[in-house]
Amino acid sequence: MEKFTQFTGVAAPLPMINVNTDMIIPKQFLKTIRRSGLGKNLFDEMRYAVDGSEIADFVLNKAPYRKAGILIAGDNFGCGSSREHAPWAILDFGIRCVIAPSFADIFFNNCFKNGILPIKLEQDRVDALMAQAENGANATFTVELERQVITAPDGSEIPFDVDPFRKHCLLKGLDDIGLTMQKVEAIEDFEARQKSSQPWF
Amino acid sequence: MAQLKTLFEKIWDAHLVGAQDDGTCLLYVDRHLVHDVTSPQAFEGLRMAGRTVRRPEATLAVPDHNVPTTDRSKGIEDAQSRIQVETLDKNARDFGITYFPMNDIRQGVVHIVGPEQGFTLPGMTIVCGDSHTATHGAFGSLAFGIGTSEVEHVLATQTLLQKPAKNMLIRVDGALPTGVTAKDLILAIIGKIGTAGGTGYVVEYAGQAIRDLSMEGRMTVCNMTIEGGARAGLIAPDETTFNYIKGRAMAPKGAVWEAAIAYWRTLRTDEGATYDTTVVIDAAEIEPTVTWGTSPEDTIGISGVVPDPTDARDEGKKKAMERALEYMGLTPGTPMASIAVDQVFIGSCTNGRIEDLRAAAAVAKGRKVAPAVGAMVVPGSGLVKEQAEAEGLDKIFLEAGFEWREPGCSMCLAMNADKLKPGERCASTSNRNFEGRQGRAGRTHLVGPEMAAAAAIAGHLTDIRKLDS
Ligand code: SF4
Repeated sequence: MEKFTQFTGVAAPLPMINVNTDMIIPKQFLKTIRRSGLGKNLFDEMRYAVDGSEIADFVLNKAPYRKAGILIAGDNFGCGSSREHAPWAILDFGIRCVIAPSFADIFFNNCFKNGILPIKLEQDRVDALMAQAENGANATFTVELERQVITAPDGSEIPFDVDPFRKHCLLKGLDDIGLTMQKVEAIEDFEARQKSSQPWF
Repeated sequence: MAQLKTLFEKIWDAHLVGAQDDGTCLLYVDRHLVHDVTSPQAFEGLRMAGRTVRRPEATLAVPDHNVPTTDRSKGIEDAQSRIQVETLDKNARDFGITYFPMNDIRQGVVHIVGPEQGFTLPGMTIVCGDSHTATHGAFGSLAFGIGTSEVEHVLATQTLLQKPAKNMLIRVDGALPTGVTAKDLILAIIGKIGTAGGTGYVVEYAGQAIRDLSMEGRMTVCNMTIEGGARAGLIAPDETTFNYIKGRAMAPKGAVWEAAIAYWRTLRTDEGATYDTTVVIDAAEIEPTVTWGTSPEDTIGISGVVPDPTDARDEGKKKAMERALEYMGLTPGTPMASIAVDQVFIGSCTNGRIEDLRAAAAVAKGRKVAPAVGAMVVPGSGLVKEQAEAEGLDKIFLEAGFEWREPGCSMCLAMNADKLKPGERCASTSNRNFEGRQGRAGRTHLVGPEMAAAAAIAGHLTDIRKLDS
């Protein structure tokens, strides 16, 4: 997993609530057996017409946001299915950070496994950042994970919370599986206990 | 005195392998279900790291999302779908996992197959790379959906890194009125708490209306828990649960069965244990329920009318309602029971079990599907299909003008050939009415199986309680 330390990019405003994973990456793109290559289909049905042409007023089709690195959205972002194709598509597009008042649990988890930082902020803070993101090419934000601050285009600094263990893993780009493998003895003990007391498991 | 615990806390504590100082826990996983769409990258990850599957016998794989529901003798026509299913075939073989391939009678939607086989048992931790894993909570197991990276983590270590969730109790008092089903109940619950109402929680369902439900009904309720934002929904196991499990292929037998039952009887929330949130619902107030919009929280009783965005509670919701109504092609004030449908889909992990098909067949019997409507029934598994055919349900459906298909996810997410055309409107027994879910620009109204059959016959959404005999 790629480390996340500090990231600077243009933030795209998507002022919608309940953005679901079917919107983020529709099912026809879930047939892949790889993780990469999904960025071009991020928000596919909102981004392209049936004939494949771009829908001009969708945010990621507008000039400054075509290279957005941050996404700012409404409540309950990422609800719906567990598909990790959603964070894969976001990452493959080049977005490393999503800011919203709230996220669905599974999506939120999936982000951390892929080097994406989801940031929860109060609604009025999100509204203020959203307003600055509307400024197009001037909407460059910097997100520093170590210090836990977002620097907005107007220079203001907004602090955010992050789970300490997840922060540690993101900063170091750590692979969970490798970490858990080091605890194999505890897992073996658990299995032995369960097998003798509750054999139906 | 021992600490009082909720059902969720009992199962959680029984599966702790370890905990870090910051509260992150290493949780043991008893059962892992695997399907075609969310697993290829996980197996690829194992191969790249030279890892194996820790407990192949605790892992059950079945292809469901990509499989065709028409004649399967020619294989899968769509190349990408075929590759994904063949990849699962190969991964199951290479890693020695229990596997029900496409042409096995036991194949079906993963959340129907697990319970049907007795693979799902009370008190277990069960995961799958699929948000509707919540279904298995109907047995009093802690079951939730995970992403593909976590699928890989479970394959390799049989554990997951998790933080404990908060406890929510949803208590449904009284009995459901005649003509009101488990599907109506869960739609009404989601309408009440909203799609984010359960975020961060595990929900326990209790109360008379829940106790009165069959296992099939309980699975319908738990299945859609994720539509209310909670990753898992639980129902304490009881005699209904034990009777359902007894004798199933993978269920414990003999002396082990007796020991298991004795343990399962302890799986209930202690008297006096506290929940972080409690929601109380009066069963008597629920009527047959449908959705009008593009979020599962957009529910309304069938006697209601399409709501007006000007009544929305805030600006964000108002905008979402306006967008939903435009997408759905609906005008505020239109009676729900007057909305004409083009397609009807009966199936999915929400309502593709034998009891659902019996209920729909009882409505279809001796009636005809309206001429303008296309209607299909997709059994949840090969065994459900076999059982339905043994009971003659297939004949009832075929005579009424429904199509009778092979098992799979089908038009629940339209990844295979079964999908709506742009603008088509569907009464569907599935679980998501998102934009494009059943096909680009397709319009979905979520309903229960009886209401779906009734809509097929009437040609429009209709109140099952008023269907002409
Ligand atoms: S039937 Fe639908 S909801 Fe259930 S597993 Fe299949 S696609 Fe998912």
